[in-house]
Amino acid sequence: MATIPPEPVTRLIEAFSQLPGIGPKTASRLTFYLLRRPAEQAEALADAIRDLKRKTVFCSICFNITDQSPCAICRDETRDRSIICVVEEPLDVLAIDRTGEYRGLYHVLHGAISPVEGIGPDELRIQELVARLKNQPVQEVLLATNPNLEGEATAMYLARLLQPLGVRITRLARGLPVGGDLEYADVITLSRALQGRREM
Amino acid sequence: MSSRERVYRVEAIVLRRVDFGEADRLLTVFTPDRGKLRLIAKGARKPSSRKSGHVELFTHDQFLVAAGRELDIIVQAETVEAFLPLREDLLRTSHAYYLAELADAFTAERDENRPLFHLLKDALGWLCTADDLALLARYYELHLLGIVGFQPQLFLCGNCKKELSAGTNYLAPGEGSVLCQRCGADQTGTVRISANALKVLQFLQIHDWGTCRLLRLNTPMHAEMERAMQHYLLYHLERKLKSVDLIHRLRRQLEMNQR
Repeated sequence: MATIPPEPVTRLIEAFSQLPGIGPKTASRLTFYLLRRPAEQAEALADAIRDLKRKTVFCSICFNITDQSPCAICRDETRDRSIICVVEEPLDVLAIDRTGEYRGLYHVLHGAISPVEGIGPDELRIQELVARLKNQPVQEVLLATNPNLEGEATAMYLARLLQPLGVRITRLARGLPVGGDLEYADVITLSRALQGRREM
Repeated sequence: MSSRERVYRVEAIVLRRVDFGEADRLLTVFTPDRGKLRLIAKGARKPSSRKSGHVELFTHDQFLVAAGRELDIIVQAETVEAFLPLREDLLRTSHAYYLAELADAFTAERDENRPLFHLLKDALGWLCTADDLALLARYYELHLLGIVGFQPQLFLCGNCKKELSAGTNYLAPGEGSVLCQRCGADQTGTVRISANALKVLQFLQIHDWGTCRLLRLNTPMHAEMERAMQHYLLYHLERKLKSVDLIHRLRRQLEMNQR
């Protein structure tokens, strides 16, 4: 005779299946895996999840996710304060910082303009960027939104909006990916790569 | 043509695109012989993907697609036409969103509609060079409505079937028609339309873009035509078109910058 799992088990299965990319089968597997592990491991996971929301806030300056506002980057006195790099998501900050090439400040928009998904300029941290630039003028704003249509539209919108502030506005270069093959490159990338060619 | 072949080749225009799973994208595309399809582009969000540039919004592409259990998967992709100018001017971009949103809103999945594919493809091409984007939007609306079966009757009164007079008339979306002054005055849900605006809409409905693009209209005329057409579209779609807000906002910004 089949018995249904007890309530705490079904509750966790349901909670797991809310996560992106996790279906009911994976959710059950994860739940039963945790059941077999020592209690400390489950506790540690539960604590980590609880702290995730309790102990993180948006940085009041750059809107990155941080445990303490202003965030470590905005507080860091050694960073170049004359340039702000505008990105779509907190993960993009990590990606750009990992290169070690950039030592300036950031501003996280939390998305890109996408009219069809109902995301307009008001849904992004754009007003906050304008206010920030008015309060603390910088020399350069680097637009590092994604090189797709939404990212381009957002960059163009920002460029137009920020022009009157008289700040230098730059955009990440676009071109061919390392390890790629010219013959597979698409027209858009290839034409941008040609426009942006460099002296050797 | 059976839709159950294992691999098939399609021409397509990308209407919508959302992130899906780890690095995939779920595309809504419009094809000439299979209508609107939803396809998965595996790994398209990785910079090194061979597909990513070929599955951009509003590009005209050639896909090789493998039938999947639920969603079909793009195996190979190649761009036919990238419509580059659409990507370099924000007002053109926002109009491209509008054209795609309308095509998406008025079609059902896997419903073949070759004329609509060609209208969309042509309109994206015209949008790259058009001087008057609002005029192109009105032209596209009227021709799209004709193709999908919601063509408004702009020449005869929908009620008394008499020819419309030169005065004020009324566009009645519920009737799918313009009503004359006598029949329309007491009707609810209609929008007034001046003789001149009606003339332009009639002209747009029966001529091709090569002729229509030569029209020169002033701002109040544009505003009136847009109001009338939005009223008509809203009635039939029963929802607001999202890209319209962005277009209005950009236009306002542009006017402010010009001042």
